Amino acid sequence: MGRACGSDLASSKLDAMPQRIETLVMHDSSTPVLGDMEKGGSVVLTSVDRLVAAARSNSLWPLTFGLACCAIEMMSTVASRFDLARFGSEAFRATPRQADVMIIAGRLSKKMAPVLRQIYDQMPEPKWVISMGACASSGGVYNNYAIVQGADQVVPVDVYVPGCPPSPDALIFAVMKLQEKLRTRKVTSISQIGLSELLLPREKDEEVLA
Amino acid sequence: MSVEFFRDIAKPVVSGFGITAKRLKHRKVTVMYPEVKREQYPRTRWRHVLKRYDNGLEKCIGCSLCAGACPARCIYVEAAENTDEERYSAGERYAVRYEINMIRCIFCGYCQDACPTGAIVLQKDFELADYKRESFIYTKERLLEPLPQVV
Repeated sequence: MGRACGSDLASSKLDAMPQRIETLVMHDSSTPVLGDMEKGGSVVLTSVDRLVAAARSNSLWPLTFGLACCAIEMMSTVASRFDLARFGSEAFRATPRQADVMIIAGRLSKKMAPVLRQIYDQMPEPKWVISMGACASSGGVYNNYAIVQGADQVVPVDVYVPGCPPSPDALIFAVMKLQEKLRTRKVTSISQIGLSELLLPREKDEEVLA
Repeated sequence: MSVEFFRDIAKPVVSGFGITAKRLKHRKVTVMYPEVKREQYPRTRWRHVLKRYDNGLEKCIGCSLCAGACPARCIYVEAAENTDEERYSAGERYAVRYEINMIRCIFCGYCQDACPTGAIVLQKDFELADYKRESFIYTKERLLEPLPQVV
């Protein structure tokens, strides 16, 4: 009896855990370009969105996801010579709960992919991903069985940065591109602003926490 | 006002802020990037450019040596014969298609070393980040230098 109970508990725990990624999607799953949507929207909606977008884009807190040598350049981006703090991104968080943008820095092995996905799922909405370097973006020279050929097969990537590794300036340029993406998007409904995620608890979060 | 106050509180505070005051005079190291771009090192390798001769002919002869030298296998070259009516390059052949997958490229510069005519050159434009993976396939039109201005 007790043994049966235990196995039930274990199986429910397994259900709550994010499933291991078995199959990898072969197409590019980057988010659609919002710039070519038609202009429009009410005055209130657009001004609220502009305010929210300004607040968000000027305080993008990155999540450190240093996987390889790109992480060294990521560190020097925050250091005094390049100073990512000028863009509101000085607070690198080691916890997904307090981060807005995940910087995948380095080659993503297939063993690391489920971990990356779990960390991504634990980040609160709204969230963005910068794929830094050739390996994270496409696999780079590591076209082999061990490396995921592009982090966009695991998480949706917003900005890709080529380079091996990208220089700190190139990463800052990518952060600027992401800020531009946040500022120039067009909203047509209140739900697109994404404030409801802050106010209402998500079912998904509860599942993960349980 | 005891001796302990000066020894344990006042003196450490003054000496601590003394370090701050010393650093205030220090040279500022931050490069204000979007406004000021730092000088790149002479051998910095970033975005590729396909060069032309002064008379406007392409230097690339479509030999695919760059594609062979590329460790990331990110270059694709398709060659075709030049004819007298349609002449693109100085050699016998020219590249009909020349594509570089910029996101797979590791900017090692082996293509530049392998090129017999000096057609492909890695220059210092590092602002390559983009939103979509498709936009990183740099075609010949994007890579080729603009035609020299006829005076």
